[in-house]
Amino acid sequence: MSAPWRTVAADAEDAEDERRGTEDGPLLSLQTRFSAPSPADAQPVDVSRDGARRGGGGSDAGGGAGGGGGQDDGGPHAPIRATAWWRAERLLPHGLRIITFIPLVALALILGVLSWKAWPAIRFNGFGFFTRTPWSVGNTYAPIVTTNGIRHPPLASYGALPLIIGTLASAAIALVLAVPVAVGTALIVVEKLPPRLSSAVGFCLEVLAGVPSVVFGLWGFFTLGPFLSHDVAPLWADHIPDVPVLRFFRGPTGGGEGLFTVGVVLAIMILPIIAATTRDLLRQVPRATVEGALALGMTDSEALGAVTVPWVRSGVIGASVLGLGRALGETIAVAMVSGSLIGANVHSLYSSFNTIAAAIVNQLDGAQTDASGLAISTLAELGLVLFVITMIANLGARLLVRRVATTALPVGRGI
Amino acid sequence: MRLGRRKSRNRLVWVLCIVALALLVIPVVSILVGVAGRGLAHFRLSFLTTYPTGNVGGLLNSIEGTLVVTTGVLVLAGIIGVAGGVYLAEYCGDNGGQILRGASEVLAGIPSIVLGYVGYIALVLSLDWKYSLYAGIIVLSVLVVPYITKTTEVALRNVPTSYREGGEALGMRTGYLLRKLVLRPALPGIATGLIIAAAIAVGETAPLLLTLGYNEKSPTFSLHNSPSGFLTYNVFNDYNQPSAFLHQRADAAALILIVFVLVLIVVARVIVMMTQRNSPDRAQHAGKGPR
Repeated sequence: MSAPWRTVAADAEDAEDERRGTEDGPLLSLQTRFSAPSPADAQPVDVSRDGARRGGGGSDAGGGAGGGGGQDDGGPHAPIRATAWWRAERLLPHGLRIITFIPLVALALILGVLSWKAWPAIRFNGFGFFTRTPWSVGNTYAPIVTTNGIRHPPLASYGALPLIIGTLASAAIALVLAVPVAVGTALIVVEKLPPRLSSAVGFCLEVLAGVPSVVFGLWGFFTLGPFLSHDVAPLWADHIPDVPVLRFFRGPTGGGEGLFTVGVVLAIMILPIIAATTRDLLRQVPRATVEGALALGMTDSEALGAVTVPWVRSGVIGASVLGLGRALGETIAVAMVSGSLIGANVHSLYSSFNTIAAAIVNQLDGAQTDASGLAISTLAELGLVLFVITMIANLGARLLVRRVATTALPVGRGI
Repeated sequence: MRLGRRKSRNRLVWVLCIVALALLVIPVVSILVGVAGRGLAHFRLSFLTTYPTGNVGGLLNSIEGTLVVTTGVLVLAGIIGVAGGVYLAEYCGDNGGQILRGASEVLAGIPSIVLGYVGYIALVLSLDWKYSLYAGIIVLSVLVVPYITKTTEVALRNVPTSYREGGEALGMRTGYLLRKLVLRPALPGIATGLIIAAAIAVGETAPLLLTLGYNEKSPTFSLHNSPSGFLTYNVFNDYNQPSAFLHQRADAAALILIVFVLVLIVVARVIVMMTQRNSPDRAQHAGKGPR
């Protein structure tokens, strides 16, 4: 470890030269620094990281002219270079601050553009948008008519109820399926598996987080969907009694495109978020407390219930809601396996349906044929609704858990 | 008797956990084997080397498009994200950064389709760029900037405060200290964040469908009307077409996507492993002396 220390010290001496603008040797400059710093050179050096911004700093510019060791090109005297660095570094915080505000500005622009474009549709569709079922662009060949100052094709009528129900239902199914599997996996990985195997499971999670959603869609369409509808769902679909609530789980299981398949695909997509977060939380559970529980004579699983699970519960809930947010907003995988039913409500677990996100992609081609622009505007309103729903989920996660321990899983969106 | 019941319940819990593990591993294996099997069964070298014309030809336009878009996103989002992360970690107090971090978090929670649709409304329609390479790059950059910012900030905060205190005690200026002492140990973390961004950019479909369009030729770099192919388009558009050849090409595109993502994951893992091996903590724990 001696070599790095030496470089650090040498760097520091050069830096000291650069700062003071003297041509003294390192040793001499060290001496002067310790003996009598002149008021002009005395800079407020805050030890705390947050006090790093320097007020004033007028004395810096004058000192730079003398030049010091140009650190990067290796030569001992490179006055112009050093001054340039100096100026650049004094401007650095300001430049960084401007760049840091870009996401904030982008967020404001996104909300502004979406609301601006959705406004005509909000006025045209009214509150009935949330209670109607049919979805029709209208007769785009007929001349455009005007109602309440909004231009639209005749017979245009939009209802988002089936889409909202589809979005919430598919995400709920995904959450119900994913949470037990994720938590069980995390438990066994942390408590029982040897390091090599748990590293392999970690690799599986990374792959799952990194696989593009089109690939999930392709796999769901060709492999999972047919498997579920032919081999899994018939196990219970025919035996469920025909009573009001359970009726939803009854009926022909179809060809594999529908709510059930989408729910399972979404569950697999959000597994890595929940499992990785739970795993990392479990690793922080204090070992001594668990061992104390075991020493009292509890079995492994009783110790889990008494110590480990209460310790991680809130974090797991937070991660689950984050996963819910991703499931609500997933687009392409849903568009590929949902069956893309529009304008009708989902009537059984196995029937075609649609979600808000998938409908935006599905309906765009049709919307482009509407010369009045109302269809494009309505899709913007759908986007706004989806934005609000996911925002409620994410804010809920933050309220439930003050600090959701998001972990650095190498790949994947929504982490 | 009672002990026996407790023991069997204990066993039941762990069996359920094993079942859960199986339910996680089986889909992963099924996806990888399924996609690789379907993709390799009819793979042709011409997919990698020719441009498509109508319903025949290869994927070269999409491979080029995906690489160009990913590079563009890494440059644009990399600059914004890393700069934001450095500012949040080094220059900005915990309270002052709260609103910026909040904005970043909200941005990360917006579904990609909403971002894509805003890009479509604002850039493609309102600014009249038509389908444009730059519209795609901008939208994807907005999508990944929060991740890069977050990983950069975390990486910088993990650099021990004593480094900064030591540097400041020696009289280093902040910028110099940042460059020489703080940024270097944080580089692996920042690189990992950029890899996340690349993986997202390679795999996204919906925002690109709305902003990038599709084009059978190489991407052109003009601002207006420069649609481009991208690999996820070939999967999404062709998987359901009535043509065996298009199915094979879609499978091949999915295979190429998986290979891209696997390479990125492995690179990230190697970076993390190399960092851990070189860190002084680990040398101490392993009982090895300093080199």
